[in-house]
Amino acid sequence: MGEVRVEHLVKTYGPARALDDVSLTFPDGGFFGLLGPSGSGKTTLLRAIAGFVAPDTGRVIIGGDPVENVPVEKREIGMVFQNYALFPNMTVAENVGFGLEVRKVSGADRARRVAEALELVQLGHLGERKPHQLSGGQRQRVAMARAIVTQPRVLLLDEPLSALDKALRVDMQIELKRIQREIGITTIFVTHDQEEALTLSDQIGILKDGRLVRHGPPRAVYDDPQDAFTARFLGEANLFNGTPEAGGLRLADGALIAGCTGSTAAVRPENIEVSLQEPDRPNKLQAHLVQQVFGGAMGTCILDWQGESLKVIGRDQDLQGLPEQGPVWLSWDSSKTIALNG
Amino acid sequence: MSSLSARQDRIRAFTLLSPAYLWLTVAVFLPLSAMVFFSFLSDVPFGDREWHGTLENYQEFFQTSTYATLLWKSLKLGLMVTGISVLIGFPCAYVLAKVIKGRSREALFLLVILPFWSNSLVRIFSWAIVLRGNGVLDFAANAVLPWDVRINLMFSPTAIVIGLVHSYLPYVILTSYLALQAIDDSLIEAARSLGAKRRTILTRLILPLAAPGILAGAVLIFVPVVGSFMEPRLLGGRRGTYYGTVIEDQFVAVFNWPLGAALSFILLAVVLVILGAFSPVLRRART
Repeated sequence: MGEVRVEHLVKTYGPARALDDVSLTFPDGGFFGLLGPSGSGKTTLLRAIAGFVAPDTGRVIIGGDPVENVPVEKREIGMVFQNYALFPNMTVAENVGFGLEVRKVSGADRARRVAEALELVQLGHLGERKPHQLSGGQRQRVAMARAIVTQPRVLLLDEPLSALDKALRVDMQIELKRIQREIGITTIFVTHDQEEALTLSDQIGILKDGRLVRHGPPRAVYDDPQDAFTARFLGEANLFNGTPEAGGLRLADGALIAGCTGSTAAVRPENIEVSLQEPDRPNKLQAHLVQQVFGGAMGTCILDWQGESLKVIGRDQDLQGLPEQGPVWLSWDSSKTIALNG
Repeated sequence: MSSLSARQDRIRAFTLLSPAYLWLTVAVFLPLSAMVFFSFLSDVPFGDREWHGTLENYQEFFQTSTYATLLWKSLKLGLMVTGISVLIGFPCAYVLAKVIKGRSREALFLLVILPFWSNSLVRIFSWAIVLRGNGVLDFAANAVLPWDVRINLMFSPTAIVIGLVHSYLPYVILTSYLALQAIDDSLIEAARSLGAKRRTILTRLILPLAAPGILAGAVLIFVPVVGSFMEPRLLGGRRGTYYGTVIEDQFVAVFNWPLGAALSFILLAVVLVILGAFSPVLRRART
């Protein structure tokens, strides 16, 4: 167990900077989600911690020990791969026991620990199966059991749920969280699915073009994204550009977003109200309703404001009074305005 | 409707398969049947020669120990050439499949395939030039080494093995390469993350997973080498008498086709028995 720290990591592939001076601490026992679009460097960062990628400069510290010069097989890590990478020539029990086998753990002890690990992932009865006889979710569990049975100092997950279908993925998210809590292992996982990151992590880090743009607890980052990229990448956001004034942000159509200090304001789609009459609130503007999308309990409105597309999500019963198309008022509570820099 | 489309499928399959099977019938089955027929005759049924049905040709194999000794010698040669080819070919395939990336892989692959593109006689005679006394190898060794060396490998079993390995090495490289290519790199990474060293990864993961490919290559080499006659004759000289050369003699020199045919079918039977004995291993390796 232990804290994992990276300091000033740089990795270049030719002219491309996969990691550009990344420093980050992954707290002991925490569940840390690395998030970013493809090519943002999140997988490179994970592989640098694992040891598959040698950084050009910078340090990787696992449990207090610098490991830049330690090969993968001696780093005491557990890793779950995107395709699970189960050994097809071995049974489930042999797969899980492989890490113990190479550590020369004796037969009886090994069998007991394999059984415990399989029990933890609720696959105690499938030890004699071969990987190709398992379903996707079961393979995922075997990969988990195999990664944790050696009691590694850190668990690394590379898009562990991306190969599963939606319903199974939600089940496995809960399962993953339960297992991680039960053994209390420092866990770092990479995903491009922001919802998954928000659900699972105690802390998230957002990468873009090899740089860490933002990190912190999911709610804090969601509520205060600080820049347009994070606001748009984590959840959805309507962005308003304008000129800052003493009282707030003046928009192109003359409307004023009160109290906004930045040059851009972001408002989450779920925080905007749509009405036909002009509301009695400070933050309001006129837009044109283009389309309503029915989505069961929640509905989505697509609107046009000054040539830009806006999105509002609301309860279906609140949206029923609105016409299919036409001019409407948008308004929101001042506390829901997110000021962004740049 | 469905029975109609099923019938159409059958017709389509038959149309696609028939050229290949027609060819196999004409080119393999008919000549082979003729040879089976010949092997039970007392003499070739050409011209006005006298002939009658007999088992003598098969009996001859068992009456003198010469044939059995030569067959054993050929089987040993087959094992040796196969073994050496696997030992050289597998590491080569591993490097091609797992170490080298990009365009240099294509170039190196071309070098592997090259023996296939050259005429086998040319290949053998060029080895003769290299291996004989005062040959290229002798000359090169003397140019490099300060003391006087005499290398004359020509007309020795070593020369035969060198020539055969050179001819058949590409088979095991190609089949191993394909098997190794199919092994996902993430499996190797997973094993490393679990603490496995290179040696363990090789013995527990790569060799078991590549076994079907290695075995397929071994079979492709073993079978023709046991029956080979050109390399033993040209590179082995007087000592190059093997089972294959004896069969060739029956057809070309002695003109005793029935005996040659009988010896061929005994070889075929022995090879099939050996492959049959190995088939459980082959089947296990596949799953």
